[in-house]
Amino acid sequence: MQEVPAEDRREDLDPVAAGESPRDARSAPPAPPVPEVRDRGPHAVADPSTLEAPAKILVRGLDFWYGDRQVLFGNDLEVAERRVTAIIGPSGCGKSTHIRVYNRMFELYRDQRASGTVLLDGENLLDPEMDLIDLRRRVGMIFQRPTPFPMSVFDNVAYGLRLHYRISRSQLEERVESALRGAALWDEVNDKLDEPGTALSGGQQQRLCIARAIAVEPEVLLMDEPTSAVDPVATAKLEELVDTLKDQYTIVIVTHNMQQAARISDFTAFFYKGYVVEFGPTERIFTNPSERQTEDYITGRFG
Amino acid sequence: MTDTTYDATRTTGRSAPPFPLRSRARRRASDTMVRIASTAAALFALVFLFWILAVVARRGAAALDWTFFTSLPSPPGEAGGGLANAILGTAAMTVMAALIGVPLGLFTGIYQSEFGRGTRFGSFVRFTINVMLGIPSILSGLFVYTLMVVTMGHFSGLAGGVSLAILIFPYVARTTEDMLGLVPDAMRESSLALGAPRWKTTLGVVFRAARSGLATGILLSVARVSGETAPLLFTALNSPYWPKNFAEPTANLTVTIFNYAMSPYSDWQRLAWGASLLITLLVLVVTVFTRWRVGEVET
Ligand SMILES: Nc1ncnc2c1ncn2[C@@H]1O[C@H](COP(=O)(O)OP(=O)(O)OP(=O)(O)O)[C@@H](O)[C@H]1O
Ligand SMILES: [Mg+2]
Repeated sequence: MQEVPAEDRREDLDPVAAGESPRDARSAPPAPPVPEVRDRGPHAVADPSTLEAPAKILVRGLDFWYGDRQVLFGNDLEVAERRVTAIIGPSGCGKSTHIRVYNRMFELYRDQRASGTVLLDGENLLDPEMDLIDLRRRVGMIFQRPTPFPMSVFDNVAYGLRLHYRISRSQLEERVESALRGAALWDEVNDKLDEPGTALSGGQQQRLCIARAIAVEPEVLLMDEPTSAVDPVATAKLEELVDTLKDQYTIVIVTHNMQQAARISDFTAFFYKGYVVEFGPTERIFTNPSERQTEDYITGRFG
Repeated sequence: MTDTTYDATRTTGRSAPPFPLRSRARRRASDTMVRIASTAAALFALVFLFWILAVVARRGAAALDWTFFTSLPSPPGEAGGGLANAILGTAAMTVMAALIGVPLGLFTGIYQSEFGRGTRFGSFVRFTINVMLGIPSILSGLFVYTLMVVTMGHFSGLAGGVSLAILIFPYVARTTEDMLGLVPDAMRESSLALGAPRWKTTLGVVFRAARSGLATGILLSVARVSGETAPLLFTALNSPYWPKNFAEPTANLTVTIFNYAMSPYSDWQRLAWGASLLITLLVLVVTVFTRWRVGEVET
């Protein structure tokens, strides 16, 4: 295990972007603070061929700054297509920050900046040329707290559809229904389509948000602690839902719940202080972690 | 073991405090004093408010008859006559002011909340709006007087509307920024995350989420401004005739109150009271209506 300074690592470990200069989403950052050099372990960077599925998203050397403060350091990760990838790690380690790069959500805020390579189907999504609206159609996101829009259940689900597609009323109704079925919500709301989305229960609202996201048929679904604001029964329903959704979607889920990560994910990445400390098949991470920090975290010794 | 009787010997005893305790009587006395003082102040304010309302209602009610709403004022000293022209003029100028001031204020508020957050220009705009809110309304009149009345050579309803618009603008801008600011960022992000462009997110989601607060704020600011007198003194002036177009001096309720109340004719004084009651009722109705609507939305 050689110790590679983060600055060099990008070229060394990046088989894909090698030969082309890493493109930044924003102008070059002011001299980044040199990150602490740490041993990243043999599995920190899995060879895409070990994913047993093609990498839908491939991250290389991802750095992230809030203003002058760097919070992600040379993240490398692969997200397997039509699998569930869990991101775990103690609070404040950069999990949300990391996945918010995948749909460039961070660009809403002017002091946030990312650099590195994040390939979606082989294209660098941090490339300024990348069409943001198309990117977000392909990469959907579910937030920690449900955020139903101030409109009816039907209009909530139809929102994204109307946005992206020219679609007739009957097609719209069809798609709204299938999205609600896909989110396992149809049976509970089919007689409440005209009621405001905010009138549903918390767990239903979260499934409404999932229906809204899958209605536009994204390829990737990012979920940032989607069950942290709902009760155990609703959580079980959502977990079941994730399991069925992965037949069709590539899912990245941030969670604080170890059992949840173990139950529903195929791959797990352990983040610590802005580094991807360990990444690999969930079963191996939970039964035989190769990093001390990972083991300490999943056995509850810290975090 | 179930024990239904109390046995004080089986409970802990009271322990001694670490320092001598403050006097309980003093604490009670200060509490009572503060309570009496604040209640008295609140009562005092209420008494004055109801006093004003009672006087306006009693004196004004006598004037509010059919002719008040339908006829022109009669010449000085002659009995009868109404303020139909002033009612119409005030309504027209208020509508004009709202048509200019509300959209400008809305878009400024949108800029501040959605685009200018954290920028230098954004904070400069916020500072300017706050200053504008604090400027005495008479200055708005004076400004429009030099800008429009002097250059055009005569008083006009147009100038009156503009000077009222200048007052509406900062209220609406401020309310809009405040109300849009209450919408959580997660709501914006959810819309953007679906691939919505920024303008669609603002108008389709953020604005909708804030709409009842916005409607309330706008109604209140328009109602408040419709009762302004000072800016109209230099701009619309007043007129005993029907308002025909905005290029002439235009009759309005507030300047009429000012003129008629100071006149020696009892009929005019009566009309002034009637106009006062009308404006008071307008503000009261709008306030109660918005309260009621806000209450309804919150439940
Ligand atoms: N808007 C922001 N401005 C500045 N710093 C931020 C901002 N958001 C997050 N940070 C910092 O970035 C680091 C990573 O935050 P992030 O929210 O990604 O952590 P997280 O792993 O998602 O934590 P949690 O599990 O609590 O959600 C933290 O140190 C945090 O303080
Ligand atoms: Mg987080």
